[in-house]
Amino acid sequence: MTAIRAMSAAEIAGPPGLPRLLAGVTSADAPATLDEHLSVYGLLPSPSAVDLTVLVEASGLLGRGGAGFPTATKLRAVAARRGRPIVVANGTEGEPISGKDKVLVRYLPHLVLDGAAAAAQALGAREAIVAVSRTDREGLDALSAAIAERGAGLDKRVRLRAVAVPDGFVAGEETALVQFLNRGVAKPTFTPPLPFERGVGKAPTLVQNVETLAQLALIARFGSDWFREVGTADEPGSALVTISGAVAEPGVYEVALGTPLRELVALAGGVTEHVRAFLVGGFFGSWLGEREAAEASLLEADLRPRGAKLGARAIVVLPTSACGICESARAMRYLADSSAAQCGPCIYGLDAIARSFERLSARQRLDERKQLTRWIQQVRGRGACSHPDGAAGFATSALRVFAHEAEQHLQGRCEAKRQVLPTPAVAR
Amino acid sequence: MKRVRVNPIACEGHGLCAELLPERIELDEWGFPIVDPEPVTGEAARHAARAVEACPTLALLLEADIRT
Repeated sequence: MTAIRAMSAAEIAGPPGLPRLLAGVTSADAPATLDEHLSVYGLLPSPSAVDLTVLVEASGLLGRGGAGFPTATKLRAVAARRGRPIVVANGTEGEPISGKDKVLVRYLPHLVLDGAAAAAQALGAREAIVAVSRTDREGLDALSAAIAERGAGLDKRVRLRAVAVPDGFVAGEETALVQFLNRGVAKPTFTPPLPFERGVGKAPTLVQNVETLAQLALIARFGSDWFREVGTADEPGSALVTISGAVAEPGVYEVALGTPLRELVALAGGVTEHVRAFLVGGFFGSWLGEREAAEASLLEADLRPRGAKLGARAIVVLPTSACGICESARAMRYLADSSAAQCGPCIYGLDAIARSFERLSARQRLDERKQLTRWIQQVRGRGACSHPDGAAGFATSALRVFAHEAEQHLQGRCEAKRQVLPTPAVAR
Repeated sequence: MKRVRVNPIACEGHGLCAELLPERIELDEWGFPIVDPEPVTGEAARHAARAVEACPTLALLLEADIRT
């Protein structure tokens, strides 16, 4: 790796330890200006000085949008197609309990734009689009200002553009994003073709989460060895985590992958109440009981055997004053209502699952758990996108972790004193 | 080797596939197909091809099995 590292050496050394991404945040109220950004990170190396794909491959960077796909593999897949590619930076973050992409776009627009421009230059793309939810006015303003500030000189031949995308849980799914950019419909499409085969304007399209691109912008500068100084061999680097619920200081934190969950909780000021469970990986993730979570680390390899996944690293600490069944029923209703309503199994299956959870939550004394479990199994893999699969995983973990609460509900009891999960109203 | 697959966006739940290929397709309680993902060969492959032709929304597909 020495040779690669030497090629990418910047005049400014990479931040030692943590934070890395958040080291660039210069004000709690305003985005970092171009001057501020450059004073922290320096200029990107010239595209001709660095083989970005080789560097990213050596870094082991995995996508930070939730699926954890190797970034270098995606870069190579796009590069291998015929036609001039397009880059799409995905900052839509429809997940109600995740805030890390909004933080990046609002505070560090230049780091995101650096990553999008570097990926575009490496692929020979002439256009990079940063997609943000249209409800995120601050993010859109920060991006527009940053693009204007960069002018034409900085990104040589790559045109950067910010696009406002409809709000919603599935609008950020990559085929939905591509379909929106092509014809204004923010709904997933049947695959193949995948975006790398035929995406925006039929061009091979690299869709990457904004945090992935921000990490890539640092790897381009400071090299793969630097990147691997934190994290584990298989899941290297740092990552942004959003933690909320019963902690003193909810928010977005940057941690090394592999950090114990209890260390993250301590970073967030510790718990404010007795804890019943953790929701790990957002609404597509899983509940973990307080005890099983006590030993868990922020690492897919650690969570997988526990039946959970890290996903986009949105974590909610559920206190004993809330009820896991009631929380899960509201979340399932949100997920069912968030369906793009294109596929029968998702339209009817998720609604049936949500209704069953709602009856349990409302303490109707009818044990439907056998049928509910069958419906959950039945929706997996039967949508055009993974929306039903994500919802099924969430529902399965709710029935497992909150089995005791489910029994209590069937006997007419519930001890909920408060609600924790935010479940925004869904316009249909 | 071929494999039966449904385009769930195109599928409107007419259910003809389950009648023509009952050995591989059953319907859920809302009338949408649940397809056995195992590859089809021989007689089953012929039945599958017939079901694919009969689908009114062209949602049923017989695809090359990429896993083999």
